[in-house]
Amino acid sequence: MVQEKFDVIVVGAGPAGLAAAYTMAKGGLKVIVFERGEHPGSKNVMGGVLYRQATEEVFPEFWKEAPLERPVVESNYWLMTKDSVTKYGYRTEEFAGEPYNAFTVFRSKFDRWMGRKVEEAGALVICETVVEDIIKEDGKVVGVKTGRANGDVYADVVVIAEGVNSILTQEALGMQKKYLAWDYLAVAVKEVIALPKGKIEDRFGLEDGQGATIEMIGEATQGMVGTAFIYTNRESISIGVGALMSHLINNKVNPNELLENLKAHPAVKPLIAGGEIKEYLGHMIPEGGYKAMPKLYGNGVLIVGDAAQMVNGIHREGSNLALISGKIAGEVVIKAFEKGDFGSVTLAEYQARLNDTFVIKDLQKYQHSSGYFEEHPELFKLYPHLASIANKEFFTVDSIPKKEKQRIIMRKVFEKRSMRHLAKDLYKLWRVLG
Amino acid sequence: MHYVVCMKQVPDTTEVKIDPETNTLVREGVPAIINPYDIHALEAALQLKDKYGGKVTVITMGPSMALEALKKAIGYGADEAILLSDRAFAGADTLATSYVLAKTIEKLQKEEGVDLVLCGKQAIDGDTAQVGPGIAARMNLPQLTYVMEIVELDQEKRTIKVYRKVQNGKELAQTKLPALLTVVKDINELRYASLDNLIRAARYQCAILDKNKLEVDESKLGLKGSPTMVRNIFAPPERGGGEIIPGGEENPEEAVKTLVEKLVPLEVIPNA
Repeated sequence: MVQEKFDVIVVGAGPAGLAAAYTMAKGGLKVIVFERGEHPGSKNVMGGVLYRQATEEVFPEFWKEAPLERPVVESNYWLMTKDSVTKYGYRTEEFAGEPYNAFTVFRSKFDRWMGRKVEEAGALVICETVVEDIIKEDGKVVGVKTGRANGDVYADVVVIAEGVNSILTQEALGMQKKYLAWDYLAVAVKEVIALPKGKIEDRFGLEDGQGATIEMIGEATQGMVGTAFIYTNRESISIGVGALMSHLINNKVNPNELLENLKAHPAVKPLIAGGEIKEYLGHMIPEGGYKAMPKLYGNGVLIVGDAAQMVNGIHREGSNLALISGKIAGEVVIKAFEKGDFGSVTLAEYQARLNDTFVIKDLQKYQHSSGYFEEHPELFKLYPHLASIANKEFFTVDSIPKKEKQRIIMRKVFEKRSMRHLAKDLYKLWRVLG
Repeated sequence: MHYVVCMKQVPDTTEVKIDPETNTLVREGVPAIINPYDIHALEAALQLKDKYGGKVTVITMGPSMALEALKKAIGYGADEAILLSDRAFAGADTLATSYVLAKTIEKLQKEEGVDLVLCGKQAIDGDTAQVGPGIAARMNLPQLTYVMEIVELDQEKRTIKVYRKVQNGKELAQTKLPALLTVVKDINELRYASLDNLIRAARYQCAILDKNKLEVDESKLGLKGSPTMVRNIFAPPERGGGEIIPGGEENPEEAVKTLVEKLVPLEVIPNA
C-alpha cells in the first residue's frame, strides 16, 4: 500500500522541525511531522533557557499562552574553584515584563505546546514513529521510510530536524562525514530539583515569578572544557553540567560525578538544599560549530537545527538558532512550491538566507573557539584560580597597605602564569571570541 | 459484525501517590493512560475484525482529555470513536458509569446493531471489575468475564466460544451473540500500529455525545446516580519479612523438620 503523498515531510519535532512545520503549514502546505518520542518534547532536552525574540519570530506573542516557567531577569557567571566563587552578573527590571528577553522552560511542556500549534496550523504530527531511512529517486530525496507497517511516505521536500544524533544526515544522505569526532560533541546531564516557589525566590533574591540563571565555569567541570548551570523554574531548579565528550572519555569521568560534585559545592549546596529530585535528564550537544556543519541543502532536502550543528556553546544558544533555521527553511520551501522546483539550486536559498542571519554569522565568529578551548583546557581551571587568588587578596582586610596588596596579587598571579603567558592567553582569547 | 470496546482513561499508577492526610489519591499532574486491560480488549476486537470482518467502535466516558485515548485507539485501527462527555456525568461510580455506557451501546444497537461488547477485566485505578458486568446486566446480555482466549466466533450460529481464566486453569465457555466479554492481558499481544492508521488518527474527529443525545434518566447520572461512598483509601500495610530457617546447608534434615513443624499448624500442608 502506498501512502498518500505530502508536500513536505519534517523529521523530528524539536524547535527546528516544529518551526519549519509551523511556517509551512501556515503557508498552506500539506505537512507531516515524524517524532520518535511519545509526544513532541518527550525526548528533547536543553538546560532550560528559551529566548523570546527568536521564538517570537515563529510564534508571535507566545508568552501569552505557552507553558513557561519564569522570565529571566538576572543572568550570572560564576568562576569556580573548589571552595570559592568569583561572580559576575547582570540584572534589569526591563527583562521582567514585555517584551521579555528570555524564559526558563521545560522542553517536554514547551515543545508539546509548539506541537499543538503546528497541528492547529494544519500539519499532522505523528509520534512514536522513527524515520529509519531516506527514499531517493534519481539522486533526489523523495520520501522517508518509517519503522511502521505501510510506513513509506513520499513528499516533494524532506526537512531533516533529527537532532544532534544525526544518523540520517550522516548515513542516509551522506551530507556530513560519518561519526562526528568526540570533540565535536558534548554530553550534558541535568536534574530537576523541586523546591517551593517562595523558597526559590528567597534564595535567588527574586520578585514573585521572576527567574535567574547561573552559568558556571571551572571546578564544575574539573578543568575539562564545559560549563555548568543553575536555572530557576516555577517550582523547581534545573541544575546541570556538560563537558566535551573527548575530555570526559580521556579523563574517564562520568558526567554524573560532575553533577554530584557540583551539588556539593559550598556555593551551590544552599541553593538546592532540601529539594527533591524530580527528574534526571541527559543529552548530547553539538559543539563542533561552523566547521562541523553538514551541507545544509540538497536535491529535495534541507537540514535544520542541531542536526546541522547549529549551537553556539559560548553563549549557551541553540534553540534560537534552531527556531530561526527552521523558519527560514520553511519559507524557502514555500517559495520552492511557488516555483514548482525542489532541486538544490532552488533550496540553496536556505544557505544564502541563513548566511545573512546571526545563525551563520555567530557560528563563523566562534568557529575557532571550541578548538582553542579543547587545546587549552587549563584555561578552565587556571583562570578561576587566578580570579580567586586576586579576589581573596582584594577582599581580605588585614592592615596591609593597598599598594603592597596589589604587588602581592600580581606576584601570586604571575607565579601561576607568567605575564608573557597571560598576555598571550588574553590575545588569543580576544582573537577567538572578539 | 460490530464490536464495541469500552475504554477508560486512568492515572498512570506508577506515578500515583496517596495523600497521607486525606487518604485520597493525588491525581494532580499525574499523566493519564488508557487502562491497560482495555487496550487488550481493543486488540481482541481488532483481531476479530481482521479474522471475521466488521467494524470496531470505541467508546469512553470522560472529560475532553479522553479524546487523546480515543485517537490512540483509532491509531491502533479502530473504525470509530465516541466520547461521552457531559458535566452531568461527572462523579459517576460504577453504577452510573455502566448506565451511561449501556445507554450508548443500546443507541448503537438500535442504529446499526452490536454483536459483541468488549471491556478490560477491570480498571487499574478503582480495581472494581464492575462496569463490564454492569453493562451486561443492564442490557441483559450474556457475559463472559476474564476471557484469556477467543476460540471461535460462529457468525451463522451466532455464538462465541472462549477460554476464561479461572483459578488454577482455564474454562471453556460458549454463549450466544450479542454478548459482553471482559478480557485479561493474556488474551493477546498488542500490535504496532500501522502508519496509515496513525495518519487517520491524527485527522480523526471523534463524535462527542452529551446527555441530550442519549435517552437517559437524569437521576441516574453522575454523582446523583452514584450510591457508592468512599469511606477510606489506604496503602496496604507493609508485609513483614519471612522467616528464614538457618542451618539448611549443614543439616538439611533438621531444617526440613523445623519447617514442617511450623507449616503443619498453619494447615498449609496436610498432616499425614
